[in-house]
Amino acid sequence: MASDYTDVLQKLCHHLKQFCEPDAQITPQTDLIHQLAIDSVKLLNLVMEIEDEFDISVPLNALADVQTVQELANLIHRIKSAQ
Amino acid sequence: MSLLDKLDAVAATRKALLPEGIDVFGTPIEEVYSSTEARIGDRRILFLGTNNYLGLTFASECLAAAHSAIDSEGTGTTGSRMANGSYSGHRALEREFADFYHCHSCIVFTTGYQANLATISGLAGAGDVVLIDGDSHASIYDGCRLSGAEIIRFRHNDMVDLEKRLRRLGDRSRSTLIIVEGIYSMLGDRAPLAEIVKLKNAYGSTLLLDEAHSLGVLGKTGQGLVEETGLIDKVDFITGTFSKSLGGIGGYCVSNHPQLDQLRYVSRPYIFTASPTPATIASTRAALKLLHDGIELRQQLWKNVHQLYSRLDDLGYQLGPEPSPVIAIILDTPRQALMLWKGLLDHGIYVNLVLPPAAPDGRSLVRCSVSAVHTSEQMDHVGSAFAELREITFA
Repeated sequence: MASDYTDVLQKLCHHLKQFCEPDAQITPQTDLIHQLAIDSVKLLNLVMEIEDEFDISVPLNALADVQTVQELANLIHRIKSAQ
Repeated sequence: MSLLDKLDAVAATRKALLPEGIDVFGTPIEEVYSSTEARIGDRRILFLGTNNYLGLTFASECLAAAHSAIDSEGTGTTGSRMANGSYSGHRALEREFADFYHCHSCIVFTTGYQANLATISGLAGAGDVVLIDGDSHASIYDGCRLSGAEIIRFRHNDMVDLEKRLRRLGDRSRSTLIIVEGIYSMLGDRAPLAEIVKLKNAYGSTLLLDEAHSLGVLGKTGQGLVEETGLIDKVDFITGTFSKSLGGIGGYCVSNHPQLDQLRYVSRPYIFTASPTPATIASTRAALKLLHDGIELRQQLWKNVHQLYSRLDDLGYQLGPEPSPVIAIILDTPRQALMLWKGLLDHGIYVNLVLPPAAPDGRSLVRCSVSAVHTSEQMDHVGSAFAELREITFA
């Protein structure tokens, strides 16, 4: 389970880099909006990529509670585990 | 951040994007002369962004019907149909819309926005899924939010992506409402309805089609994409608006499912909104008849569409993927879009400006909407203005 989560986090960070400035520091605690400037449109595009990567669908409703990288990783992990 | 600080942040964003002295998103219209002309400031301008596809806002039959209804039934109903009753006009328009679509039943709503809000939130609820195209109108997104259902987007008009998401849902696909639009308001392209119907049938889902921009525009009698594709019997629910081809304000939902009528008792946007005014209902009834019989209007509309789309294409503008009464000019930056919008206004042409995040893929749009009553000379003038503005826009 832990390794699954680590895998999710690593892959998420890989995708996130494509949406951020090249020198952006990404940690689990990084705030997506305020520190990485991921606006609503970028977030939806990021989610589309993540959905393909993990073969899941992320409901828009669930994104309302996501602020940090860790929270997004938790959400992806939860959906993936429920499949 | 306080409540008011958030609004200050909006003001700061607007100020950064838009120059002083231009109210792009609230342009004051001083006088309206016709379906296609008005006055902004001291200048006579051409409407090329008002979705008045058949030009019926000044149709004599509609004006007369509205005047008569005001005289006989007053200016408003002052409440919802549940509280204040259903006027004969409300019931007649619902029958006429049901007949127009050869459907079992219809509900009319006070706005098109409300039609989607009421239908979606009445059909879907907690535990259900709504599967929506990524380019859906805000009324669809808001209806989905109000429903409490799980909201999943698929890539715009991407049937591989739609199927992938249906497959992932497993048995839940049977309690899933797929929502698409006849013509999408941003780029003017159609939904691939035949493929969507195949997928909806294969996965046992329910399909809602919003014909807001396709009513009056597609099909022999103007039903929309369902008529053009011959798939009316395969779509579960059709919504639409009175505020485009019908030249009024309001919305509708038609269906062959007898359960549609139960929305009147469960759908909060229907229950708690004042019903359409007698004048609105009367003008819409007259307009629906004109729309149904308006084969020549549709022919003229499409002639105008092809004339403008070809001209803009020849000029090298990047356009939406297919000719349609919604013609979107796609620009890389908000500045380019603003330059073009302002340049057109200086040439006496009023269009829509769409900036991120409202425009798809972070791009900016200058959006035109063509009318059947635009004259050939007006279309030529528009083409010449775009030709003159090309260099300035891309400088």
